[in-house]
Amino acid sequence: MHGATWVEQVFNLACGLLLLTAVGALWRRETSALIPILAVQGGALTVIAVLLASGHADGTEAMVVAAVVGLLKVVIIPLLLRRVRRLVRNARETRPLVNVATSLLAAAGLCLLAYAAARPLVAVAETPTARATPVGLSLVLIGFFLAATRHRAISQIVGLLLIDNGIAATAFLATDGVPLIVELGVCADLVLAVLVLQVLTARMVHTFGDGDLDDLRELHD
Amino acid sequence: MNLALSDPVAGALLGPVAAPVAGALLAAALPRRVAAWTSLLAALGVLAAGLALATRTGQGATIADGLLRADALTAWLVVAVGAVATVACWAGVHHLADQARRGELTPGAARRYLVLVQAFLACMTVAVMAANVGLFWVAVEATTIVTAFLVGHQRTRASVEAAWKYVVLCSIGVGIALLGTICVYAAAIAAGPTPADGFEALNWAYLNEHATQFDPGLMRLAAGLVLLGFGAKAGLVPMHAWLPDAHSQAPAPVSALMSGVLLSVAFYGILRYKSIIDAALGPAYVRTLLLIAGLASLALAAALLIGQRDYKRLLAYSSIEHMGLIALGTAVGTRLALAAVLLHILGHGLAKAVAFCGAGHILHLVGSPRIAAVRGALTRAPATAGLFGLAVVALLGLPPFALFASEITLARAGFAAGLGAVVAAAFLLVLVAFAAIARHAAGLLLGPAPASEPTSPSALASPTERTSTSDSSTSVPSSAPEQPERAPRLGLRWLPLALGLVAAAGLGVWLGPVQPLLDCAALIAAEGIQ
Repeated sequence: MHGATWVEQVFNLACGLLLLTAVGALWRRETSALIPILAVQGGALTVIAVLLASGHADGTEAMVVAAVVGLLKVVIIPLLLRRVRRLVRNARETRPLVNVATSLLAAAGLCLLAYAAARPLVAVAETPTARATPVGLSLVLIGFFLAATRHRAISQIVGLLLIDNGIAATAFLATDGVPLIVELGVCADLVLAVLVLQVLTARMVHTFGDGDLDDLRELHD
Repeated sequence: MNLALSDPVAGALLGPVAAPVAGALLAAALPRRVAAWTSLLAALGVLAAGLALATRTGQGATIADGLLRADALTAWLVVAVGAVATVACWAGVHHLADQARRGELTPGAARRYLVLVQAFLACMTVAVMAANVGLFWVAVEATTIVTAFLVGHQRTRASVEAAWKYVVLCSIGVGIALLGTICVYAAAIAAGPTPADGFEALNWAYLNEHATQFDPGLMRLAAGLVLLGFGAKAGLVPMHAWLPDAHSQAPAPVSALMSGVLLSVAFYGILRYKSIIDAALGPAYVRTLLLIAGLASLALAAALLIGQRDYKRLLAYSSIEHMGLIALGTAVGTRLALAAVLLHILGHGLAKAVAFCGAGHILHLVGSPRIAAVRGALTRAPATAGLFGLAVVALLGLPPFALFASEITLARAGFAAGLGAVVAAAFLLVLVAFAAIARHAAGLLLGPAPASEPTSPSALASPTERTSTSDSSTSVPSSAPEQPERAPRLGLRWLPLALGLVAAAGLGVWLGPVQPLLDCAALIAAEGIQ
């Protein structure tokens, strides 16, 4: 970010978009709306990765990471989610555990918490981009909240993906991204995890007749 | 650190990974019966490779090549993986044969089972052998994915539920650990001149060497995240909720592997991280967190063991109890305590593998996972029930088994380290768990057999009861008339269980040639990579 103001502006816009999409995922009840929201968020993450890579002296590895992240979060994951969505016809969050207005208030609280928790990360890192690290942690916390308070299988998957986007954003902002090998491994694991959850959703629909996690009450003590 | 790079070294490092990979490929190609026995060979291969590593690293040497690295602690864990896998894969041969005889097993399902078990073992050995925190993380998360379908193998409502909870909770948990790993990486980058290749900054050895310069505030955040994250996978409270469901719904040999290996390998990550965090923060911080997690796990396990009605869940809660003890020993953190912890990992793995496989046989005989449905098992199936009973005795921490030796050592080390009150409280909880398990096991094993000897699953399972076989009832009624009234032939199915018990008892009585390896591994666990 060497004085080029438009780069800074794009960077700030992308960070804002990350946060906005996370809150948007809490706001929309229609689970079909979650997929484009996640795709936009993936796009914002990719923009951040590309900007960081272009700031590097030797940015080829970072560019590869950015390309992988873009392919995964903008193309592959939304594609997989659409397949999950097709399994469950009428998947609307009719009665989330916490209603939408309260969820939005909670999201604001979680952002404050993220700013507090990210202090050591911001203090230690030398790069100016590290000051945006709390955005990544906010995504993680909002993802937790979404996964914990929603009833639909697909909402829980989206929560998981929000957490993962948040972790990726934290990694980019605080450390300029994890090494290529680790990033590739993380991405491969993520795709496989979503695939596994897709198959499990199909089985759930097959055995329970619905993608409602409230039906998961066979096992308890 | 003496680094050697030559071909036999690379061979020794690749061995533990190559055996299960080859096993997975063969399982995909061979017919079921042959493939099942091949899986046993692969497990024995892991054990042999672990012992070979032990001879190379037992005196404190380190071997490393590329992404893989081994020292005495690694060798100890690989041996544990190999030993538990041998019991579980051998029992798996009979498990698959039983399922096939009842007509519940399609060739596709059998192949998937065998391939996934080997893939699971490969992920475990990669995790243990990884030179790099990032690779360790990737391997641990991969085990979650691989085992998901093993947990959901039976495709009943309950097993789909267990698999869903397992994947979601463990993925989130391990995600937290990744966040912690990124914090450590940020601390390593900020601490000074990082190696040209950023990947190197995530090597266990590099982190151990430079941890004293890491920012304490950041490491405090990282420590909490790492412990919570890998603690989820290790079955420690508060992220344990997946464990009883997954363990009770998975096929018995898979439960054995998960309980004996998966939990231990996840905890291995905490062991390695502890020395790094201690170097940055001093020992008090991680000790406090681990003491809380350990005591909470013990308390929860003891409370839920008392009213337990399902014998596989009983064993699952016993795993939480033992992981609590392992966390407690790690919190104590002296060499003696960590030697006890490592012995506990191996002894618990063996005893729990035998117990789960025995429970699998009983489930197969009786058709119900409820303790109340199994009475007088000793008179009905003396050999299987006897081995199950002995395994429970081993899990209770009675002599001559390894858990007796490790628990005594752990208590001694705790008092020596000035944590007497905590250790006393912990063993009080262990005593409660002891009484609960002993009462349930006695009810299951002793007494007369029920008058009408029901052997077919459908005879015992009431319509509302959730048995793991009730949903596959399409095949059960058709095969029920063919079933003999008595139990299926015992054959050699007792042999792997007996071998596991002999090994657990042997380790409890005489460590012999294993002693130097254990001492060396405990030193590395206590003080980090030197």
